[in-house]
Amino acid sequence: MLVKKITFKVNGKEVTIEVDIRESLLDVLRNKFHLTGVKKGCSVGECGACTVLIDNMAFDTCIYLAVWADGKEIRTIEGEAKDGKLSKVQQAFLDETAVQCGFCTPGFVMSTTEMLESGKNFSREQIKKELSGHMCRCTGYHNIMLAAEKALGREDKQAVQID
Amino acid sequence: MQSVGKNFPRIDGFAKVCGKAKYVDDFFEKDMLYAKIYRSTIANGWVKKIDISKAKAMPGVEAVITFEDVPKHMFPTAGHPYSKDPEHQDVADRNLLTQRVRLYGDEIAAVIAVDELTAEKALRLIEVEYEEYLPILTVEDSLKEEAIEIHEGTKNIIKTTDFSLGELEEAFAESDYIFEDEFITSMVQHCAMENHSAYSYIDENGKIVVVSSTQIPHICRRIIGQALGIPWGRARVIKPYIGGGFGSKQDIVVEPLVAFMTTVVHGKPVKLEFTREETFIASRVRHAFKFKFKTGVNKEGKIIARELTAISNNGAYASHGHSIASNCLTKFRHLYDQKAIRGEATTVYTNLPTAGAMRGYGIPQITFGLESHMEDIARELKLDPIEFRLKNSNQEGYIDPLSGICARSNGLAECVATGKDLIGWDRKKTNKSKDTGAKRRGLGMACFCYKTGTYPFGLELAGARIVLNQDGSIQLQVGATEIGQGSDTVFAQMAAETIGISIEMVSVVSSQDTDITPFDTGSYASRQTYVSGMAVKKAAEEIRMKVLNYAWGMTDIPASALTIIDGWIAYIHNGERVLSLADVALDSYYDTVFAAPITADVTNNARTNALAYGCTFVEIEVDMPTAKVEVLEIYNVHDAGRLINPKLAHAQVHGGVSMALGYALYEQMLFDCKTGRPLNSNLLDYKLMTTLDTPEIGTAFIETYEPTAPYGNKALGEPPAISPAPAIRNAIYDATGVKIYEVPMNPQRLFEKFKETGLL
Amino acid sequence: MYDIAKYEEAGSVQEAIELLLVNPNAMLISGGSDVLIKLHEGKIHDAQLISIHGIAELKGIFLKEDGTIVIGSGASFSQVSKHPIVQQYIPVLGEAVDMVGGPQIRNIGSIGGNICNGVTSADSASTLFAFNAKLEIQGPDGVRYIPIADFYKGPGKVDLRHEEILTTILIAPEDYQGYSGHYIKYAMRNAMDIATLGCVVLCNVEGGKKIKDFRLALGVAAPIPMRCKGTEEQVKGRIFTEALLEEVGKMAIEEVNPRTSWRASKEFRIQLIQELSKRAFRQAFINAGGEL
Repeated sequence: MLVKKITFKVNGKEVTIEVDIRESLLDVLRNKFHLTGVKKGCSVGECGACTVLIDNMAFDTCIYLAVWADGKEIRTIEGEAKDGKLSKVQQAFLDETAVQCGFCTPGFVMSTTEMLESGKNFSREQIKKELSGHMCRCTGYHNIMLAAEKALGREDKQAVQID
Repeated sequence: MQSVGKNFPRIDGFAKVCGKAKYVDDFFEKDMLYAKIYRSTIANGWVKKIDISKAKAMPGVEAVITFEDVPKHMFPTAGHPYSKDPEHQDVADRNLLTQRVRLYGDEIAAVIAVDELTAEKALRLIEVEYEEYLPILTVEDSLKEEAIEIHEGTKNIIKTTDFSLGELEEAFAESDYIFEDEFITSMVQHCAMENHSAYSYIDENGKIVVVSSTQIPHICRRIIGQALGIPWGRARVIKPYIGGGFGSKQDIVVEPLVAFMTTVVHGKPVKLEFTREETFIASRVRHAFKFKFKTGVNKEGKIIARELTAISNNGAYASHGHSIASNCLTKFRHLYDQKAIRGEATTVYTNLPTAGAMRGYGIPQITFGLESHMEDIARELKLDPIEFRLKNSNQEGYIDPLSGICARSNGLAECVATGKDLIGWDRKKTNKSKDTGAKRRGLGMACFCYKTGTYPFGLELAGARIVLNQDGSIQLQVGATEIGQGSDTVFAQMAAETIGISIEMVSVVSSQDTDITPFDTGSYASRQTYVSGMAVKKAAEEIRMKVLNYAWGMTDIPASALTIIDGWIAYIHNGERVLSLADVALDSYYDTVFAAPITADVTNNARTNALAYGCTFVEIEVDMPTAKVEVLEIYNVHDAGRLINPKLAHAQVHGGVSMALGYALYEQMLFDCKTGRPLNSNLLDYKLMTTLDTPEIGTAFIETYEPTAPYGNKALGEPPAISPAPAIRNAIYDATGVKIYEVPMNPQRLFEKFKETGLL
Repeated sequence: MYDIAKYEEAGSVQEAIELLLVNPNAMLISGGSDVLIKLHEGKIHDAQLISIHGIAELKGIFLKEDGTIVIGSGASFSQVSKHPIVQQYIPVLGEAVDMVGGPQIRNIGSIGGNICNGVTSADSASTLFAFNAKLEIQGPDGVRYIPIADFYKGPGKVDLRHEEILTTILIAPEDYQGYSGHYIKYAMRNAMDIATLGCVVLCNVEGGKKIKDFRLALGVAAPIPMRCKGTEEQVKGRIFTEALLEEVGKMAIEEVNPRTSWRASKEFRIQLIQELSKRAFRQAFINAGGEL
């Protein structure tokens, strides 16, 4: 009764698995698939560290029941680099020193990826809004914004850093 | 090839953007058990009765332990080096679990179960009866004669210290003006994105292994030994990647208990991972302070006399004890000059979460008071607040008479000039008309000064080991801890620079393991590039000398004529290559007669300190009717000596300023005044800034050269978090004419102030 | 892992009602951003959940022939704010729900859940009050309709029986056609926060000056979301002036009853009501084609 068989795609691979109905998607991705790039920071959808893309939209997996993933396509940070090559967003985060402790990084990368793939143009304020569901204590978001703008092709409009 | 001073990407950056960097919670041990702590639902009292029988009987529960089951001796938790002087030792005032309840959420019992949910459910079956006292939440209540002692025999005072230099009364008498002010700072939390977490098991040799998110693995091992009463070498602490620390993890919070718990379940792995709510109340917080300043100034605008009284709310347990208040006293002396100065500080127990180290170690608190006080004095005397500060600031060559700390480099004046320029201070001041409308703009600034490391107050020991590999690459092991600040990357740069190889040839052993990596007291006090960096430099120099000596043997060219450039042994005089470092390295392993691998194992015991300086310039706009402050522009300008990695240095400043903006405008832990229950111990109700709340953060450096440092560098980890709060406070004063004496300067507080002053 | 004792998935509204009927202890879960957080906090445990998360019929947003806008209770905040019908006819509702939490929360949280929580700070509620939204509630005995203002009974209390489900939110054409509005969420942060005060003004402007109709709704100004009916009556038919703005602010605070909590004091909320009513009015007036 507490178990349900579900089928979903994770990072391009279709899987069928029995999940405990009490598990969050975060629990399942971490504990069953060892996709530990999905981070747990608050368990209540506040910090955004556990963000993945479900059918190409960003969700907090800590407040998403695993059973709801049935039939969905899920992307985690682990699937973003292809053949050892970083995605455009990952590369931008690396280049712009947008990473410090690294705990919030996967979530930010996933939300930025959603933006990039939407094909839309984003103003700086819109990027801020799209990333406002992620908390970071190390960077002051400064370089994260630079990285997101770079990935989204807004380098020309970047803030000038004084050296 | 030059490595120091270059913008190398983080060496852990690739792992982190791929989600491959492993943190404590990312390791899976077979048959891991999960622990949950039973926390008190009162703030002050005793456990009269506890019944764990139902919890114990619950299927899936492996063990339930209470205060009755843990060692009876007390232990300290602070991330300080051990002191041989009993007077100087950290306060040992806690057990693994307690019968005496000292804060709401104190740790009474714990459940170990097959999974977290079972453990949580078992907690609900524990029955506790309390003898309850009124919670003591303020320092005033705590110091009342009739107050119940939170720790017996203390009168609720952890310590009081003072200092005095010069004839204070005379100096005040000599002063033409005397100013007195009081300031209050709030309790805030570090909010590292990774919560406190550790797991422990007993390995095949009977050793207790603890994998922990800690800034201080070696101190952690010692404290586990102390708490459990076992030989320190029987504990082994492993630190993988850390999801931020900021001082909270410079304290031993979960490790001794989880180490004890594995002994209860015969060595099976047990994990104790705090929830966010637990991290808020059961790890560490930043001290709330009250400061009284008294300052005497003469007609020429020179400060004659200064006096400070500080009182610090330390919460339920001593943790770092009086060190933070004491640091306020030290720092009170360093920035400005006078004829006579006195300071007194008291640290007090209350029934609130335990305060410990947090980015700046008391200095964001006192600097809020000091730099607000300085502003008010200048304005009162109709002096330019910037000129007033610079006129009274200590100069290069200043020696603190009490600690002997010497300012061998001081870029404060240049920092201020740069900050002024960046924000357009003079232009904006000239063009400014008095705002009377709904939106009012203001400019503010504040300065700071900060130590690098803890010398001479604490021991400053750091180890580094280098092994030259067969191909001329090196393995670098340090005892210092990477917690997100980028220390591994700058250590790699340092080793590459000094040996004369490219950074790609440096492999840093990042994970700390007290069984393997050298001793270092850890990541705190903005010490690592300075203290641990010197250890790396010494080890690298030793490798370099050994390589050149070995090459001498191979080539018969004296070592004194040789150097290493880009991985080649070359003549000093003309740079001509002699042979590759790889050839030397290969020979050192495989020459059938002379093989002797080249290694260095160095400890640096730093007996110097260096003062870092800087300032914040800010422009804000106050929306008067809604009492909201918007930061329009902010610049932090730092003298951190020479920069090892400018990009990482700027990034440190962004993060520190952001944390300080939160401190200034948003963050504060709140408690129900009747029960001591936390009101906002989660990330929704505790207002950490989001992207939409954070302004662009301008950063700049004035590069001085610090001769006592390995590469001219000084403190940078903590300094960015110091001066933004008073700068904003002074800008609000500039904009509205209203002086605020308390952080956070949030809308509710501003509304009350505006109401009080008739602005609303 | 959540402390869930039982979990059933309803394929349809009818099925959900049947499941509710047989289990008096069951509770509905739609987006989960409320229920799962309560579970985490230990406010509820051993939960018996009936999931309406996957019921497609609850997610639709469409226009009826008579012009009534229909919003499925299961529509997420981002579905609402991004929907062309919302953007075209009632953009202010889209703007309001676009201020809930952050993007991830808006992708999961449902507008129906926001209403059924019964909290005064719900970003959707004040705007729906202003639109005179009606709620369609389905139960074992069929369907009933109730104005949203009557649905809220008290803090956390709504007029919904155990075996009933809020299925759709309806906004009649006469309540939105010709109206423009503006919502202001005042919170401590610009994202991931609950409203210290929510304020929405809808108005219908004639000839660029005359205010044909005016509606002012507030969240956190009282234990439940509310309309300032007295103020509305005074404004209807008047010509917009700065003096009228001031009047609105003053009148509004006579109708409200905010509370002091650790989040903000009553006095501060009153200050915000006075100020934000004016600001929302001014912007709504402009949005409705008014000439300042």
